Amino acid sequence: MTGPENATELVRHAPGAHEAGAAILPGRTTTPGYDFLRGVWRENPVLVQMLGLCPALAVTNTVANSLAMGLATFFVLTGSSLLVSTFKNWIPKEVRIASFILIIATFVTIADLTLAAVVPDIHKALGAFIALIVVNCMILGRQEAFASKRPVGRALLDAFGTGFGFIIAMVMMGSIRELLGNGSLLGYSVFGDSFEPWIIMILPPGGFLTLGLILIVFGWWRGRKAAEVPRVRRWPHGVASRRAA
Amino acid sequence: MSRRGRKLPIAGQPSGEAPKADEAGSTDVAESKTAPAEVSVTEVPSWRLVTTLAAAGALAGLAIVLVFSWAEPRIEAHRAEALRAAIGEVLRGPERYETLFVVEGALSASLPVGADSAGLDRIYEGFDPTGRPMGFAIAGGLPGYQDIVRLIFGFDAERGELLGMKVLESKETPGLGDKIEKDSAFVSSFRGVVPPIEGVKAGEGTGGEHEVDMITGATISSRTVIAVINQRLETLRPIIEAYVRERAAAKAAVGAEAGR
Repeated sequence: MTGPENATELVRHAPGAHEAGAAILPGRTTTPGYDFLRGVWRENPVLVQMLGLCPALAVTNTVANSLAMGLATFFVLTGSSLLVSTFKNWIPKEVRIASFILIIATFVTIADLTLAAVVPDIHKALGAFIALIVVNCMILGRQEAFASKRPVGRALLDAFGTGFGFIIAMVMMGSIRELLGNGSLLGYSVFGDSFEPWIIMILPPGGFLTLGLILIVFGWWRGRKAAEVPRVRRWPHGVASRRAA
Repeated sequence: MSRRGRKLPIAGQPSGEAPKADEAGSTDVAESKTAPAEVSVTEVPSWRLVTTLAAAGALAGLAIVLVFSWAEPRIEAHRAEALRAAIGEVLRGPERYETLFVVEGALSASLPVGADSAGLDRIYEGFDPTGRPMGFAIAGGLPGYQDIVRLIFGFDAERGELLGMKVLESKETPGLGDKIEKDSAFVSSFRGVVPPIEGVKAGEGTGGEHEVDMITGATISSRTVIAVINQRLETLRPIIEAYVRERAAAKAAVGAEAGR
């Protein structure tokens, strides 16, 4: 389903698995911490995997909207991963995608109704994008690539990590756009009245500009980190690196 | 192939792949895919697929119904609260308000038997603490620069002037078109204007009672606001005036009756 997931798994297996034969139990090749942190940073859904860009571009014009969208997605992802992982042995693989979507859609509807009942203003600002969480590839991707193959605890950790990574990316976008486009953060004025807001930043083009700039900085930073240690493969962190130590 | 009870060694690989492939020291992931599966390949019967999806669908439906029955009254309460606040603002703080339906070209406080209230046009009349009518709140909408601009305005039928205007829904450009709701000078300039309204460029008005200064840089949005008010009053004003006249006549008749 997702390229990066497969790539990581393959590379992780390539050096470790063959020198130690079958000593590595399938499904236990990563530490819990790795499962959590992968989604937060190394494979951040928005900044690295480029998934879930639609909400990241559309509703990040204020911090409050970004945070609400991030939390709603976090809720849907966690709930879906929990259910998918729990019922993975009951779901025949022929209908797994349909079942995943059904589970995801149910959680999205619950999130939609809850937001409308609790925070009507934010629900109005997010509009159709809450319903569109259903088709967020990030969520379906985690179900197909991870939750449907791992124990419940790991699936939850992975969902927490990925959801948290999504919230980080959303709030990052929202902060930059609200700060420059409105001169405020979470509605509190930061720059005072003398600041002339860059209105384009809260308009749709501002989303593209901000995302592009964040990706440039992120890519530059990752490239620099990779260049620091050229020949050492740094990322089979879990078992492989512990064995080396 | 059943995946039951099996931990797959590699994500994304087809299910049913035997874990033996690793033990055999296979060095190529692609190659291990062709390793013989240790279980016999059995088709999952279609009734299982159907029952799985049906059960999941039923459970999902149940969950949604439960959440909906919890959320619905709250959503409805928010909506009513928003309407009440908007009416309060455009009628300058009425004590209470009544909903009037437009039925066959006349205002009616009660619905005709069997009529569906959903499709009927409605306006709201506010009363002050002594029970004196303060004016009518009328909602309406027209396409603006981006999307439909919905607003509500207060109209005093006796004096024939506007009491206030409030935008309920708009997606007008932030920083330009959204001044129709955020520019307090523009919003408050509707108070006391005698409809039909005439939009004039800021600073070019003659101070006439029909005039409202439009916002520079938000001409289309300002024009939309004015058009909504004019259009709604064009059809509703005769109806409202007839209703007020009728009520005054009825009151006079009751007074005459009592005085006799």
